[in-house]
Amino acid sequence: MLTRFLLAGLDTKAWVLLSVLAVLAVAVPFMALAVPPTSPWSLSMLTVTLLGKYFCYALLALSLDLVWGYCGILSLGHGAFFALGGYAMGMYLMRQIGSRGVYGNAELPDFMVFLNWKELPWYWHGFDMFPFAALMVVLIPGVLAFAFGWFAFRSRVTGVYLSIITQAMTFALLLAFFRNDMGFGGNNGLTDFKEILGYDIQAPATRAGLFVATVVALAIGYILASAVVSSKYGKVLVAVRDAESRVRFLGYDVEKVKLFAWTLSACMAGVAGALYVPQVGIINPSEFSPAASIEAVIWVAVGGRGTLAGAVLGAVIVNYGKTWFTGVLPEVWLFALGGLFVLVTLFLPKGILGLAGDLRQRLAARRSRAAAGSNAAKEATAP
Amino acid sequence: MRCTIRRLLIAAALLIAALPPLAAYAADLPALVRGLGVSNYDELDKAIAKLAETGDPAVAPVLEALQAGDLNLRKSDGAVVVAKRAGSGWDLFDPLTGAALGPAERSAVERIRINNALRRSLGAALGALTLMSPDPAVRRSAAEAVFKSRDPAGIEILDRAIAKETDAGIRTAMQRARAAAVLNTDAPEAEKLAAIEIIAARGDRDGLGLLNTVVNATAPDAVKAAAREAIGAIEHRLALWAAAQNLWYGLSLGSVLLLAAIGLAVTFGVMGVINMAHGEMVMIGAYSTFMVQEMFRAYAPGLFDLSILVALPVAFVVAGGIGIIIERGIIRWLYGRPLETLLATWGLSLMLQQAVRSLFGPSNREVGAPSWMSGAFELGGLTITYGRLWIVVFAFAVFAALLVALRRTSFGLQIRAVTQNRRMASAMGIRTPQVDALTFGLGSGIAGLAGVALSQIDNVSPNLGQGYIIDSFMVVVFGGVGNLWGTLVGALTLGTINKFLEPYAGAVLGKILVLIFIILFIQRRPRGLFALRGRAVEA
Repeated sequence: MLTRFLLAGLDTKAWVLLSVLAVLAVAVPFMALAVPPTSPWSLSMLTVTLLGKYFCYALLALSLDLVWGYCGILSLGHGAFFALGGYAMGMYLMRQIGSRGVYGNAELPDFMVFLNWKELPWYWHGFDMFPFAALMVVLIPGVLAFAFGWFAFRSRVTGVYLSIITQAMTFALLLAFFRNDMGFGGNNGLTDFKEILGYDIQAPATRAGLFVATVVALAIGYILASAVVSSKYGKVLVAVRDAESRVRFLGYDVEKVKLFAWTLSACMAGVAGALYVPQVGIINPSEFSPAASIEAVIWVAVGGRGTLAGAVLGAVIVNYGKTWFTGVLPEVWLFALGGLFVLVTLFLPKGILGLAGDLRQRLAARRSRAAAGSNAAKEATAP
Repeated sequence: MRCTIRRLLIAAALLIAALPPLAAYAADLPALVRGLGVSNYDELDKAIAKLAETGDPAVAPVLEALQAGDLNLRKSDGAVVVAKRAGSGWDLFDPLTGAALGPAERSAVERIRINNALRRSLGAALGALTLMSPDPAVRRSAAEAVFKSRDPAGIEILDRAIAKETDAGIRTAMQRARAAAVLNTDAPEAEKLAAIEIIAARGDRDGLGLLNTVVNATAPDAVKAAAREAIGAIEHRLALWAAAQNLWYGLSLGSVLLLAAIGLAVTFGVMGVINMAHGEMVMIGAYSTFMVQEMFRAYAPGLFDLSILVALPVAFVVAGGIGIIIERGIIRWLYGRPLETLLATWGLSLMLQQAVRSLFGPSNREVGAPSWMSGAFELGGLTITYGRLWIVVFAFAVFAALLVALRRTSFGLQIRAVTQNRRMASAMGIRTPQVDALTFGLGSGIAGLAGVALSQIDNVSPNLGQGYIIDSFMVVVFGGVGNLWGTLVGALTLGTINKFLEPYAGAVLGKILVLIFIILFIQRRPRGLFALRGRAVEA
């Protein structure tokens, strides 16, 4: 039954995306590990990591699309949930370093030894166990989102005001994580990881494994999100986006509807962050910066908000563009990104997928008009 | 207390009156100096005292030379001379006039020896001489020196100096120094109590330290109690000044926030446009200031002090012009879609930042301060820098000007009409698109003005604007959208809260607390402090 519920939401678009992901999950590790490096089909580890990073971003974009595209909440602070998930994973990875750190302290991470701390802060306990850390990856962003959303939705903070306070939230967290006293490595963040679940984090096989994990997480996230939006609840969600007051007057509990989507989305963002950290090898407060969160919004806008697949597409395209530009023409990247914001909002309000949909519709309309026209002509010539 | 001081003054005056006039001594100076040429310490002490009594500044170098061990007795005629080493012998100088007296053999002179007791009286005598110096600055610092050293030997000299002093401020300083010295003696209780009162009136940290030593030293209970009371009074006073200082800092920060936010209050508050490129308008204003200053440096370095005044209209026009272009080019297509406006203007801000970075380079540009904006002055326990003071004045001036423009000009009337009811305004013949463009230009121009002011206190770099954008939105949202007074109150409140939190929580944590406060505040009052009521709210 659950399977049917999950699969019911999948349309053609979804099947295409899931097939692509499935192919990548098999082909990329194979090309990276088994194909000899001399072959033109071989992939470097760098590319694998880069692809893994894109898919982490895609999962973040997916979570953002769930709230922005289907619930109308423009979050300018989704990077905060992403970063919190990342920090939870980073703490696990820090504890795994053990006595291999620069100071060789089995209990304390290097930066704590450096700051002359004598014992582990209470909130670091338990992070040496992976299941606990994995739970925290979902729980911490989820609880924060729940608390934040509970207050904000109940007070009916909506629209621009909500966007601005989500931005304030991530900005406050940015400032907080910059402080050394917080016990999260301050400015430098958490880095210098050695191993994950006992596997060397630098080893090609581990990297390929992380990539596969990311693709699987993205696929699960996608299936979950499309199941949610195509369910009965999803219809209410879209109704809230389009006419919040009317839904409320019809007797729905709008706050709870929003709160569920909002919290689910934050949990997904946390998972994305947790997969991002071992692949990139560092997590620092800059992930909390408001600019990073707004950048995630543009991925969704470029791909097409309210389409799920568009968010994934947008994240991959924009980030590939970023990689390409910063390599070839670093000065132009901000112009390109800024221009993208302007052009997409002015000319592509529905994003790439929306544009494709429009074109298809227009084409179909023309064809039917042409057909109708020839029919009419036939009728006219008929005696 | 006043009675005691008067009594002291009378006593001092009588003492002075009893002394022969100083001029009579001046003539005898060489003779008195000659009197130093004795080998008996007691006699030398008396001679020093006699010299010091003259109060003649010319005596100071003689006593300094004696202190340094440079003063010698010439064996041939018993004259007192200053001897400086020159090769194997000495070069001799007259101690009073400094005139050279020619070289001498090593054995021709004999050093005038002093012991520790003499050193002490020399120090006191020198202190006394500086207390009588004709230069007010020297007298003041001498009084401060006695206050710090608390040397009882200074009391008598201070008494005379106080009687002679004409400058009220310096006289107070001397009285305080005297009181400090009195507390260091075993003077009668009443006198000590009076001294404590004088110190308490001083009311600063030095006085506090002094009174603390009194409390800790052996003293009669009454004196200790009085000192404790005085300590309480001083601490209270210091706390008040600290609060005043915080209030000033808060006002200063608040006016910076006001400047940054006031343009946003026009574009966001009045027009409902979320302009994320607002910070970049501030940055453009700052760079306009830089350009104007470069022109002044190149063509009219003498008029540099006026460069800021010229920069104001330039920044207003440049930022306002760019604002109008943005409104015509982008924003007018997005009216009624606030979230899209937010994204488009964010993209614009990225492009503007990169454009400035490409044109001017990524590093900070130096914007100088005109002379009338540098320096500081003291106001009671406050130190106020002119730069900050001008920014506060400027922020309020801009606010007032904007208020007048919106309330009293026909352009302001049109803006308000379009804001309240666009279609009706249009029906009345107001060209709403033109008003939109000009309003946005006005908001951007004010941001440019803010940039001129902020260039004085912040780094002029492409990232200048980013630092203000979140703060400005917080101010506008906190104060209530569509209400200029709300922006004013919001800016000053947030600035003050921030500065009052800083001493307890540190700068960063203070800011975090303010952000959390705003987030919670918006939950309570989703439309800000001064919410607009009526139909406009839902539009």
